[in-house]
Amino acid sequence: MRYLPISQTDREDMLKRIGAADIDALFADIPANKRLNTLVDLPKHKSEIEVERILSALAAQNMSAGEGPFFCGAGAYKHHVPATVDHLIQRSEFLTSYTPYQPEIAQGTLQYLFEFQTQVALLTGMDVANASMYDGSTACAEAVLMAHRVTKRRKAVLSGTLHPHYRETVRTLSELANDKIVALPGNPSTAEDILSQIDAETSCVVVQTPSFYGELIDLKPIAKKAQENGALLIAVFNEAFSLGLAESPGAQGADIVVGEGQSIGNALNFGGPYVGLFACKEKYVRQMPGRLCGETVDADGRRGYVLTLSTREQHIRREKATSNICTNSGLCVLAFTIHMTLLGEQGLKRTAKLCHLNAFKLAKALQGVKGVEVLNKTYFNEFTVKLPKPAADVVEKLAQRGVLGGVPVSRLEPGRKELENLLLIASTEINTDDDRALFVAALKEVL
Amino acid sequence: MLNRQGRQTTPNEIGTADHVTFTRNRALQQEEGLIFEIGHEDVSGVDVIDVDLTTSKLGGLERKEPIGLAGLTEPETMRHYVRLSQKNYGIDSGIFPLGSCTMKHNARLNEKMARLPGFGDIHPLQPQSTVQGALQLIDQLAHYLITLTGMEAVAMTPKAGAHGELCGMAAIKAAINAKGEGATRTVVLVPDSAHGTNPATAALIGFSVRAVPAGADGTVHIDAVKAALGPDVAAIMLTNPNTCGLFEKEISAIADAVHAAGAYFYCDGANFNAIVGKARPGDLGVDAMHINLHKTFSTPHGGGGPGSGPVVLSKALADFAPVPFIKKIGDALQFVEETQGTQSFGRLSAFHGQMGMFTRALSYMLSHGADGMKKASEDAVLNANYIRACLKDLFSQPFGDKICMHEVLFDDAFLKDSGVSTLDFAKAMIDEGFHPMTVYFPLVVHGAMLIEPTESESKASLDLFIATLRDLALDAKAGNKERFTGAPYFAPRKRLDETRAARTPVLRWKPPQPIAEAQAAE
Repeated sequence: MRYLPISQTDREDMLKRIGAADIDALFADIPANKRLNTLVDLPKHKSEIEVERILSALAAQNMSAGEGPFFCGAGAYKHHVPATVDHLIQRSEFLTSYTPYQPEIAQGTLQYLFEFQTQVALLTGMDVANASMYDGSTACAEAVLMAHRVTKRRKAVLSGTLHPHYRETVRTLSELANDKIVALPGNPSTAEDILSQIDAETSCVVVQTPSFYGELIDLKPIAKKAQENGALLIAVFNEAFSLGLAESPGAQGADIVVGEGQSIGNALNFGGPYVGLFACKEKYVRQMPGRLCGETVDADGRRGYVLTLSTREQHIRREKATSNICTNSGLCVLAFTIHMTLLGEQGLKRTAKLCHLNAFKLAKALQGVKGVEVLNKTYFNEFTVKLPKPAADVVEKLAQRGVLGGVPVSRLEPGRKELENLLLIASTEINTDDDRALFVAALKEVL
Repeated sequence: MLNRQGRQTTPNEIGTADHVTFTRNRALQQEEGLIFEIGHEDVSGVDVIDVDLTTSKLGGLERKEPIGLAGLTEPETMRHYVRLSQKNYGIDSGIFPLGSCTMKHNARLNEKMARLPGFGDIHPLQPQSTVQGALQLIDQLAHYLITLTGMEAVAMTPKAGAHGELCGMAAIKAAINAKGEGATRTVVLVPDSAHGTNPATAALIGFSVRAVPAGADGTVHIDAVKAALGPDVAAIMLTNPNTCGLFEKEISAIADAVHAAGAYFYCDGANFNAIVGKARPGDLGVDAMHINLHKTFSTPHGGGGPGSGPVVLSKALADFAPVPFIKKIGDALQFVEETQGTQSFGRLSAFHGQMGMFTRALSYMLSHGADGMKKASEDAVLNANYIRACLKDLFSQPFGDKICMHEVLFDDAFLKDSGVSTLDFAKAMIDEGFHPMTVYFPLVVHGAMLIEPTESESKASLDLFIATLRDLALDAKAGNKERFTGAPYFAPRKRLDETRAARTPVLRWKPPQPIAEAQAAE
């Protein structure tokens, strides 16, 4: 067994030193009638080459995004990630380290967390950011809980154009905690009146921009109404690159900003692991969930970093903690922050512009396809089109032609007939003129 | 300054000044500024054309102000992060005996497999007909987890251990509500020795917590559980093997009593790695248990995540599992993504869970096999007991001299009157080239030191570790305080001031204020 360094002779010597007759003597506390006396019914160990064969065969059954024209989004985006990123995150000292509980030998992790917190705060236009959450959806649910703590109210108002999985995540947690939510029915074709839902009982209003359907939402009037009612505005984003081009939620008056950071530095990975971004105004920092890294000095007065404000956290506060979260998304944070460092302000803005331009070119090309209607008035890199037939069937047929042509809204909002023909289509810097031409040609065939 | 755990948070003695260099670098240890100090807004490490946007579809919501992000070119980026990495300790650097954290070897085969385009480069919402291999992988991993635990079903989506706890407790809450007992069963029993996440999870979803004291031997006794049980109890959350590194001997009787009282048994599976292939939680009466793939099945901890915490469920809870889950339709596998028409309690996050961790964990399981996983548990327990046997004459065991599971717990009684605290002892280990053990946890033991070597250590590695700890213990007892109270002397940083960090939080870099503005602000 290539992973186990203890030899049979070692085992015998060590048992002798311990004073145990055999290995089972060390398991004597397990009730005898509950101990397994035979191997479980699973295959025996395999060599590296055998494992590679098995898993490669499974992988080969999947159609990867890089195989052909690719336009899926809806909360997960394919961007080009520089080779440097994946090389660096696989350095042993990053990959195989733990949560930095011993800061003197974890300054590498702590410094990149501090840099990450700064990048996220700048990007969202907020005062402070934490060291990450599991993903955008769980960050969103935690933001709602945080707003309840800050306002001491327990009613959240959710925009209907919030990502449906985010909505369901918030709903599940709210139901478990006996909190109230008002979730508006989402529909890209009708304007939403969220302002009238905000009242003196509202703890927070949750709005996504660009919305699930791709539309940019002006947060300023919502922030104003929320503030007038003593409620917090939680702004959500799915596509971090949008912040390179669009006005930041902080500049528009958001109190808490949460979002998915996957599109910077991280691969699609079939939905996880991703990295949740979480930022807020400074005055709320002590109600924030998750880890925070802070600057300090060592005994010689040199600058260094530690995890801080941990009196909010479960390992100290137990049932009075701000959250039950223990893990963050350390390595995905590292990928995010390295990619962001490579991009810098210029790279981020240029890539964002390219995403926007590619979406614009695609929208234009699709307008030439009979029966296809682009619904959006505004968008960043993703928009909704209305097809003459159910989008799920169309997408399936496109896939048979080698094109991954977007996400049918019905996948996330099943059973809603009025949304059945809607398709979400995302563009990024990876898309070429050829990709668009192939997409349009295939779509014409299918419709 | 002491914090709530009674540990020192300020450096109490300045270490001896060493030879100072001009750069303050020390050979391979190089000082490294923040990217905002060494980079620039005009610099980028990617080549992207700057397209001219003649038309904007942003509807007047364009960004108006600069962001303030610094960029670095590729060689500068490489150096920045390599230098940072050199200030970190990882499993690949040496033994990482953090108790309860299970820092075992991370095989690079698993990394390679997770990066196959067929797993790493697929979108969570592309047509299910195009990702059948991914669904098969999840299904196969589920089969392994169910087989190893002897349970009925597994919920794959929780993103970490605490998220798994939330999942399991939510399933319990749903089952209680389905029986119409939601209003009366509102209490969750949690032993004092539990991970902090247990009470935090119970409280998060509206349960109140009732503590169950552990016995003098460090385990929970049936009498204590029976005394705490009542018609108001929804569940017990019990870690097994527990956080003292001991197997809960009365677990079957506890499970029976809990079930007889109409409550459920949640097992915190953080320490499942001790018993894989040796016993099955399903045989012990467990109703729900999370499995930390990042501990037991070796997916890398990556500086604090990402984790993955699938939850195995008993027959009584299986129907309440969150969406999505996989069902078989003919030859094809399909996600059930909506709660409608099911008893599912809801959704825990977007998409389908931590696929990247699933691939790594299955790669680990295929590599080890039924035989290798059993051997791994045995070696983990053997290694912990070897350390115990070799240190017990110098260190103090809080619950007497008896066998432990995969981790061995000492308290600070052996340091009494030495002027050396558990924290000082841990910091001195850093100077010797080791990552310290878990300290001050579990809370039920004074000055706890929880050592988990895992099966990945060779006997030679253990022997050096043991010899070092013996030397340190003898030195502490001999009154050589300086070795401890000023430690670490040789790490990239000396003792860091945690009190200062918490009192005046600096949580991000800010551009230096121009002198005129700073003066105006005063």
